Amino acid sequence: MVAHLVRLKLTLLRNGFKRSPWQLVGVILGGLYALGVLVLLIAGLVLLATHEPGIGRMAVILGGAAAFLGWALIPMVATGVDMTLDPARFVTFAVPMRQLLLGLAIGGVIGIPGLATLLAALGQAAMWWRQPVAMVAAIPCAAVAVLTCIVLSRLTTSASTTLASSRRFKDLSGIIGIIPLMLLGPIIIGVTEGLQSSRDFLPSLADTLAWTPLGSIWAVPGDLALANWGVAAARFAIGAAFLALIAWLWKISLARALVTPPYNAVTRRAGGRLGFFSRFPGTPTGAIAARALTYWFKDPRYGASLISVPLIPVVMFFAFSQGGDFSFMMWLGPIMAFLLAFGISADISYDNTAFALHLTTGVSGLADRAGRVVACAVFALPVTLVFAVVPFFWLGSWELLPGVLGLSLGTLLTGFGLSSVVSARYTYNVPLPGESPFKTPPGSTARMMIVQMGGMAVQLLLVLPEAGLLLAAMLTGDAIWSWAALAVGLVLGAVLLFVGLRAGGKWYDRRAPELLQAVAVNK
Amino acid sequence: MTSPDAWPPADSGTASPAPSDYAEPVQPAETAAVPPRAPALAVRGLAKRFGEKIAVNGVNLDVPAGSFYGLVGPNGAGKTTSLSMATGLLRPDYGQVWVHGVDVWAQPLEAKRLMGVLPDGVRLFDRLTGEQLVTYAGLLRGMDRETVAGRVADLLRAMDLTNDAGTLVVDYSAGMTKKIALASALIHAPKLLVLDEPFEAVDPVSAANIRDILHDYVDSGGTVIVSSHVMDLVQRMCDHVAVIANGNVLAAGTVDEVRAGASLEDRFVQLVGGRNQAEGLEWLRTS
Repeated sequence: MVAHLVRLKLTLLRNGFKRSPWQLVGVILGGLYALGVLVLLIAGLVLLATHEPGIGRMAVILGGAAAFLGWALIPMVATGVDMTLDPARFVTFAVPMRQLLLGLAIGGVIGIPGLATLLAALGQAAMWWRQPVAMVAAIPCAAVAVLTCIVLSRLTTSASTTLASSRRFKDLSGIIGIIPLMLLGPIIIGVTEGLQSSRDFLPSLADTLAWTPLGSIWAVPGDLALANWGVAAARFAIGAAFLALIAWLWKISLARALVTPPYNAVTRRAGGRLGFFSRFPGTPTGAIAARALTYWFKDPRYGASLISVPLIPVVMFFAFSQGGDFSFMMWLGPIMAFLLAFGISADISYDNTAFALHLTTGVSGLADRAGRVVACAVFALPVTLVFAVVPFFWLGSWELLPGVLGLSLGTLLTGFGLSSVVSARYTYNVPLPGESPFKTPPGSTARMMIVQMGGMAVQLLLVLPEAGLLLAAMLTGDAIWSWAALAVGLVLGAVLLFVGLRAGGKWYDRRAPELLQAVAVNK
Repeated sequence: MTSPDAWPPADSGTASPAPSDYAEPVQPAETAAVPPRAPALAVRGLAKRFGEKIAVNGVNLDVPAGSFYGLVGPNGAGKTTSLSMATGLLRPDYGQVWVHGVDVWAQPLEAKRLMGVLPDGVRLFDRLTGEQLVTYAGLLRGMDRETVAGRVADLLRAMDLTNDAGTLVVDYSAGMTKKIALASALIHAPKLLVLDEPFEAVDPVSAANIRDILHDYVDSGGTVIVSSHVMDLVQRMCDHVAVIANGNVLAAGTVDEVRAGASLEDRFVQLVGGRNQAEGLEWLRTS
């Protein structure tokens, strides 16, 4: 039975590759990358252990504890990481619990993260090559450690299934997951700086962790190398007991999950609250704007891009602030306008087949295009204005403000016009309604890249006039260029928006049924 | 009300001779001016190919105004494809469609104003509440806010969804989702209703309520087309029926004409074929 489960996992993996060769390429590239990192890691550990055994031991404990935490927490945040062997799918089969547990655990090792962890754990045995006892003991320790990783991840996922099956939690975790991802750069900078200043902190942290389940199993070979037999035995006992404990907890939660199918608790609500629908005019355009705006706040796929609005300045600040020169913050407005306006370029792809409603009701292309632009403009316009003006309070000199405003608004209006054309003509596969915003549908990357890159290139071309005038203002220091950039940005932007709405609307009217077919392919 | 109108004049009503080869489609009927009493839906030589597969192979159909018309056929027969082409959702390779004399593909906006459509297998804007979704459908039709609000309340009550009006559609059960989609199709009081599998996953009480609504609608002069797998339902509910298989209309007419004395189910199996004799699963016998 265990062999069956492992074979099932392998078959699923292979069939996935058959469906899309690109996925195979992705796995191979990911595997090569992981392998390279592994080789470097193990080589570094061996070198470190040879010259400074104390630091090597510390690194293994800290790294091992981090691996445990990663395995436990990442699957909870990133929903749908690897549910190919979702226990819920075995509900109708009479698989003995013990074998199901073992099969799922071993199946969990198959895959890049599992294999990488396994190799890294085995590889750290090599750093004890001078002490044969420690090296031999490191191998069973590694096995216990890898199993602990897998069981930890299974335990946290199965414990959170009741939560995860509620739609609200799924939506939220999808959005919240993006925050640490976007702030990864600043976080790394902060952590490295913190570590540099408190070098003494790490050894004591490692010593403490070595007595907790997170680090104990990783500390055992080091203790053996130092001939601390009693301590080694005690720490191994802690690690093994922890594994036994979480395996037991996993068994209980799995047994419960198998007899309690996921239930989405929904509170029934009577009507009466139309939300944005009562605030926008009662016309087709107004209705589409209200619907699109509702989606910006209720659909995690839109929410993920909305939440990046406050994060982008933070990322920019950390990325460019090293020199102490803050003039780059001036470009915040145009960049924000660029990103926000381009955000609606895949609107119909996001609708998926729900778009059929627009088709059966016979909405005109112009109303459809305009409604989506209005919805985005409701928040994009104030955000762009704020981001264009606020940096100048900081910089203190106001001469370039009109020009930056011109470029920001010009970019926003032009982008709206361009997006109206792009989304009426070029669809590509996006995460389906209800899916994680991070999911990339297989086989869509090339087309998506072409559409997005092409669209952005055209966008850059179209805002060249106001950008050029702003540049002239910066070089000459003459305010007239700055004001000219504002005028050109507003007028040219408005004209391009109008042209984009008309052209996109006409395109939409002509080929709305084909659009529906194109988005229906992705399901 | 039950006599099929002879419009357009070519071979209407009964089983249509399907074109033997897709490459030689039947000639669509002449684009005549709107005659005095056009059928609610007239389809001529409708054909669609997906890659190698010919999904719809020259379908001719006349749905008389004021009829309750059933469209039956096995899985993959081309029902949904035909209805998608008839309602303006999918562009046909060949053929023409008129709704009350208005060419669907030449004057789509006029034709869509006459039709209420419940497509099968498409998503809804399910991050809206049920109430918002139906309101949205009404406003998209260009109706004014007061009329929409009144009709939304009526429809939600008729569909027994008043207590769930403020729940997001994504949290609805399958049957509730069908009902809210049906409400969205009814909001503008269309002259023709095209419903693809309207009773799938709908509970018996709601289904009976919906049938009452549809019968009232037909009695007041409206026309309903439903596709279904459930022969029994079609035989009880509809006055006309067409049998589709492999992209062709095998029989069409009043229910009594088509079933010719037998039950509709027996007649259907006889027309479509493909019944397996009960053999091969001897081991399934428990004793």
